[in-house]
Parts: sequence; C-alpha cells; structure tokens
Amino acid sequence: MPVNWVALVVFVLLFGAITVLGFLAVHWRRGDLGLLHEWGLAGGRFGTLVTWFLLGGDLYTAYTFIAVPALMFGAGALGFFAVPYTIMAYPIVLVVFPRLWSVARQHGYVTASDFVRGRYGNKWLALAVAVTGIVATMPYIALQLVGIQVVIAALGIEGSGYWADAPLVIAFVILAAFTYTSGLRAPAAIAIVKDMLIWITVIAAIVIIPIQLGGYGKIFAAVPDAKLLLARPQGNSLGSYSAYITLAFGSALALFLYPHAVTGVLSSSDRRVIARNAALLPAYSFLLALIALLGFMAIAAGVDKAPEFAGLAKQYPRNFAIPALFLASFPSWFVGVAFAAIAIGALVPAAIMSIAASNLWTRNIYREFIRPDCTPAQEAQMAKFVSLVVKFGALVFIVSLPLQYAINLQLLGGVWIIQTLPAVIFGLYTRWFHDWALFIGWLAGIVTGTAMAASQGFAPTYALQFAGLTIPCYIALATVVLNLVIAIVLTAVFNAIGTVRGGDETRAEHYV
Amino acid sequence: MQTGGPGLQPSKLWYLLLLLPFLAMFWVASYNAKEPEWAGIPFFYWYQLLWIWIGAGLILIVYFATSRSRR
Repeated sequence: MPVNWVALVVFVLLFGAITVLGFLAVHWRRGDLGLLHEWGLAGGRFGTLVTWFLLGGDLYTAYTFIAVPALMFGAGALGFFAVPYTIMAYPIVLVVFPRLWSVARQHGYVTASDFVRGRYGNKWLALAVAVTGIVATMPYIALQLVGIQVVIAALGIEGSGYWADAPLVIAFVILAAFTYTSGLRAPAAIAIVKDMLIWITVIAAIVIIPIQLGGYGKIFAAVPDAKLLLARPQGNSLGSYSAYITLAFGSALALFLYPHAVTGVLSSSDRRVIARNAALLPAYSFLLALIALLGFMAIAAGVDKAPEFAGLAKQYPRNFAIPALFLASFPSWFVGVAFAAIAIGALVPAAIMSIAASNLWTRNIYREFIRPDCTPAQEAQMAKFVSLVVKFGALVFIVSLPLQYAINLQLLGGVWIIQTLPAVIFGLYTRWFHDWALFIGWLAGIVTGTAMAASQGFAPTYALQFAGLTIPCYIALATVVLNLVIAIVLTAVFNAIGTVRGGDETRAEHYV
Repeated sequence: MQTGGPGLQPSKLWYLLLLLPFLAMFWVASYNAKEPEWAGIPFFYWYQLLWIWIGAGLILIVYFATSRSRR
C-alpha cells in the first residue's frame, strides 16, 4: 500500500503529544519516584475519575479493539462473548475487590502475591502467584505491540529487513522511556487522552459508517446466517451455547486477577473508588460492544474483497479488518486520529502491564528471595529496570516469532492466571483453605490446563463429557473448578492429619 | 444498624440483585435469536447491549443501598 501521508502526519503529531505528556506526568500529584509505592502504584492517589480512565485504558486495550471485531469478522456471533464477559465481571468487582484494596492498604501490599504471602504465610504459594502473574502478562504485552504493528502497516509504512520493525522500535523506546521516568502516572495521564480519542473514533464510526453502508439493517443482512447467530446445539451437545457462556464467565472470573488490573485497583485512593468504578466502567463495555459490531460493518463494507487491502489482509489475516474499515470509510486526517487512538491504546496497557509485572518481580521474587535487605531506593530502581527488560522481551518476541505463538501464549496466560483464583479470591473471605492444598490445586490447574490447551491446538475450549452430555467448556473455567475441588479435598485431609499451616497476618476488620 | 428479622441483615439481600445478570446471560437459548429486531439490529445483539446498562444500573443500586447502611 502507498503511504497515507495525511494520516501519518496526524498520527505522528498525536503520538508526539502523548509522548510529551508521558514525561510531564512525573509532576502530577508529585511523589518520590524513588519509592516502589510511588513509581508502581502512583502513591495510591487516584480518585474515581482518574481510576475510570486508567482502568478503562488498562482493560480495553488496543489488542481488544483489534481482536474482538476481528473475531466477529472471522467467526461471527461467538466473538460477541466479550460482552457477557464484561457484564458478569463488574458485579464481581463491586463485591470482591474493595476487600483487596482495604487489606492491601492496611498492610502496604503492592501485589496480589504480597496479599497471599500475608494471608497464608507461605512464601511458595506467594511465589506461585507471582510467577503466574508475570508469565500471564508477558504475551499480553506482546499482543499490544501487534496492535501498533497493524496500524503502522495500514498507514502504508513498509520497510524491508530490520527497517520494517523500525516504527515499532521507536514506539517501544518512547514507551520505555516515559514509563521509566514517571511510572504509573504516565499511562494514567495518557489514558485520559487515549480514552477520549477512542470514544470519538467509535462514536464517529457507529454513526458515519452505517450511513455509508445504508443502515444497520443492511449491515446485518450482509452477514451470512451461519455467522449472525450462534450455531444451535445439536443432539447431546451443548455446543456453541456452552462454549459462549463458559468463555464469558471464565474470562470474567480471571479479569481482575491479572496483575495489571490489580495494579489499577491498588492505585486508587479509596475502596469506594473501586466500587464506583464497578458501576461506571460498564460504559466501556458498551464501547466494546459497538467496536465488536464494527467487525460486521467490515464484512458489509467488503474489506475482505477489496484489492487495495489484499496485501494488508495477507500480512494480518482478520486483524486487518478494522484498520481497513477505517481506511475505507473515513477521510485521511480522521484515519490518523483513529489509528493514533489504537496505537496509544496499545501503549497504555503495555505500560501498566510492564509496571505490574515488574512490581511482582521486585516485591515477590527479588525482595522475597534474592535480596531481602534491599533499601526502598534499590527496590524502586530494580522495578524500573525490570519494566524495561519486560518490554524489551515482548518486543523481541513479537519481532522474531510468528504471531500465532503470542496468541497461543495469551490463551495459556488466561488459563494460568485463573488458577490464582482460589488463593486470592477465596482468601479475601476465609482462611479455611490450607496453603499447601491451594498450592497443589494451583499446580494441578496449571498442568491440566496447559495439557488441555495443547491437545486442542490452542483452541480455547475443550469438550467435557458428563452424564451423556458433551459440554464444550472454556479450558480456564474447567481447570479452575478442578483446582478448587482439589484444594477443598486436600484442605480437609491436611486439617484432619494436622499439617502445619502458615500464619495469617491479617484480621477480619482489615477487609472492610 | 437495624436488623430486618432473624438471620440476614437487610443490606446483604441487595447483593442478590447482582445474580440477575448472570442468570440472564447463562440462559443463552433465550437470546440466540434474530427476532424481534430493533432498528435493524437482531435480538441477540441488542438484548446483550441492553444488559450492559441493566447490569450497570443494578451495580449502582446495590452500591448506594449497601453504603447507606454502613453508618
């Protein structure tokens, strides 16, 4: 494709503006960035509105905005699972996560692993939670870079050999630099700009594009019947119905276990900020649902048949759909705005994810096992350094390995992170579980989940057989149930034989 | 804090409202349909869009109802 100069200029200008913002953010609600709490949690000062922007930018990532409509474009109705997923996630947030905030504030916890360490007194269980968090986050960062790659290609920027990756490397360097200097304040400030750009882009898209295509009726009419609705389950199988809802429910359970979500929660100034955001963040779910429908608009606009997008389609099958749709529907200057929204929409979560992963490393591996006597300044310095390493690793991964690897690892990441649910979520309510029982349950979930995913060629569902019924089930959900059952049984056993338990430094009143 | 009767405090019952979105979403067969359409949008899509708002509304209700009792 030829370079789209107008779009490119707008894109670069907006990108430049948020770069400056990222560096200026260090002055926002000023704190000593030589402390991990300030760098990694922005001192816990964020109020309702900033948290709304931060979590919105954190949870609704560039990859989400490219991949969800791409799934609708390619697979149809099944891709809409993202909507019931978010519908079910927020009640959980309202009920559960203020408790995490309170106990974390009481004890100075920076990560979920800190909490597990304090609650169960078992540093190996805490290590399991930390490692799971780090490993689950890495492919997610890599996939954000893919979001940037797609829009850069859609702008017509091509290079050969190493130059092909130059724009991505530039974006990465910018991201790394302002995260290093400003910590969590940088993505929080940029999230405000990014979210506004995304809202503008999506509202324009859902108004203008249907007008161009002749109305919503025409758009849905262009979608083949097989894709428009879920396939009716046949015979003894719950078919696509159980696949759909288990994907949604499992994803809802896992969402706030991810380190970047925990970081967002713990950076709030008050537990009520989280509760309020449970009611306010669904606005982004609505945005996501509209973005999903863009996938159908891409079908109706025929971007898969347009010769000008053939090269892009070949390079990024499915993921090219939304950039192509924007190119076909918007004037060039607005394409620049839309693409900047997506690219910036990758930087925000990538920054937060790298901060969250490095918080875990620094607190729960480095300070716990390697250098328990490190000073706060050394702790913060280690965190800053590791966030660079994490981002660099993600960049190398995306540049040198096929995209499918990142996608597969992302699926596995979801299967792994949910295994921390028994320890973290149940731990917020009860100390009944035995710490070693939880550890073994976690291990069982990880091993089974990985084996199941590999056996399905990294498709997300597995056909469970139960009482003569075939139940396609999201692997993460099936394995966390297994994990929980094992933890329950072993807790009963360990309690009966009197196995030693770790100590609990928390008290019931710390959670409210 | 007043007690509404033996057992549950009144404020805890509000949380039961939060089960509604789960029940609605789990019953996939009830919404996997094209009709009735609204503004050209098939039922499957606008019903779930609607539940985003109902869910948010329920969360708001529960938030206000349960924080009032925390004096």
